[in-house]
Amino acid sequence: MSGNAKEQILDFVRARYPQADIDETQDIFALGFVNSLFAMELVMFIEKTFEVTIPNDELKIDNFRTANTMAELVDRLSPARV
Amino acid sequence: MTTLAETAPGTLQVTDRKSARAFVDTHIVPYADAYDRQGRVPEELLERMTAAGLWAPFLPRDTGGGEMDGGMDLVTLGEVHEEVGRGCSSVRSLLTVHTMVSWAVQRWGSPAQREQWVPALGRGDVLAAFCLSEPGAGSDASGIASNVVEKNGGWVLNGVKKWITNGQRADLFLVFARTATSIGAFLVPRDSPGVEVTPIEDMLGTRASMIAEISFRDVALGPDALLGPSGFTAGMVLTGTLDLGRYSVATGSVGIIQAALEACAAYASRRTVGGSLLKDLPLIQAKLSDMVTDARAARLLVAEAGRLKDAGEASTIMATWVAKYFASTAAARHASEAVQIHGANGCGHDYPVARLYRDAKVMEIIEGSNEIQRVTIASQAEREII
Repeated sequence: MSGNAKEQILDFVRARYPQADIDETQDIFALGFVNSLFAMELVMFIEKTFEVTIPNDELKIDNFRTANTMAELVDRLSPARV
Repeated sequence: MTTLAETAPGTLQVTDRKSARAFVDTHIVPYADAYDRQGRVPEELLERMTAAGLWAPFLPRDTGGGEMDGGMDLVTLGEVHEEVGRGCSSVRSLLTVHTMVSWAVQRWGSPAQREQWVPALGRGDVLAAFCLSEPGAGSDASGIASNVVEKNGGWVLNGVKKWITNGQRADLFLVFARTATSIGAFLVPRDSPGVEVTPIEDMLGTRASMIAEISFRDVALGPDALLGPSGFTAGMVLTGTLDLGRYSVATGSVGIIQAALEACAAYASRRTVGGSLLKDLPLIQAKLSDMVTDARAARLLVAEAGRLKDAGEASTIMATWVAKYFASTAAARHASEAVQIHGANGCGHDYPVARLYRDAKVMEIIEGSNEIQRVTIASQAEREII
């Protein structure tokens, strides 16, 4: 799941900021891309795409810094697979 | 006290555009100009709206036996708000702010906060107001001066909020204030010690929306007053709530265009100039055709934004900006033309168009001024295209 999630998240960020060269480890906050509008879009994208609900206590900046950390968040919130 | 909601169980339930139109035509349209002159919406209508299930029908509803349904979808909610806006922008404004707060509690609230507030907000037993603007900060939320400090495990709130729709009547305020690290959203019951409400009268438009200035002086709040996350994501509570408010304002703006069209079509069919009915004059026909076209275009933009909300698509935020910008500017333009078509009659109290004209101007300012909207829309275009 996380490899695929990572790519989908990167595609979303790149689609919003096509002029930027972003990889899975880059801190999008440090790059200055994130405002409250984009943060909301990002949360909506993750919830919709991966069919998860992000609880308030997971809405922490460290969970959204990179595609890697967002994919890990998705993994944590996804129902266990058998 | 026995309320209308209890005594009028047969009041029409609003479940869609058709039932909303019937409710508005019966209970709002005949009285909207009186509300405008009196500067308030009467309790009787508020109670009738409760009986009709109008306040927050999108919230999950108890269908009996402990079963819950998902509530009204947002496309339908938009259609309902359009109809209310067609009848009276002040009443629609009350619905808008109540919708914003109700949604925020449902979306961001803890289980305890939802249990405490959602059922009462859904029924309309508790009416809510959204407190963001201040004497020195409107569309620029970063200019907020109200602040909270943590104390004894809770919070102490100080500050002044201005231009608060339904501030005169609301029971619960959602107040945005500066914390040590960000801007937080706080649920503040009206009866909290230190809360003072001062009515603001004689506004240009939405004169019956019971606007107030609200002062918070050393208001002590419990730890459960904070709504949603703290830290960087606290801004999302504001962004998400304003997005829904913007959607409601966009729908209400479509309602204003529709009301202007209906008023003008009726007037132009009766009024003669030089032996001709107004409706047969090409310049009047041009104005009416532009109203029809823009009403349909604005309605489609709003419906698209609503569809994206129902689908959970992130693109709904920008779609809502575009819809609100288009609909509000079109409403202001056509309400002005509606006064023009009515001539001197349009400047008096005998026709609704003067009220529409004043209300439409407000739509260009609230929930993000149109200048801010254009900056945001342009930024989106730049990042997508360049």
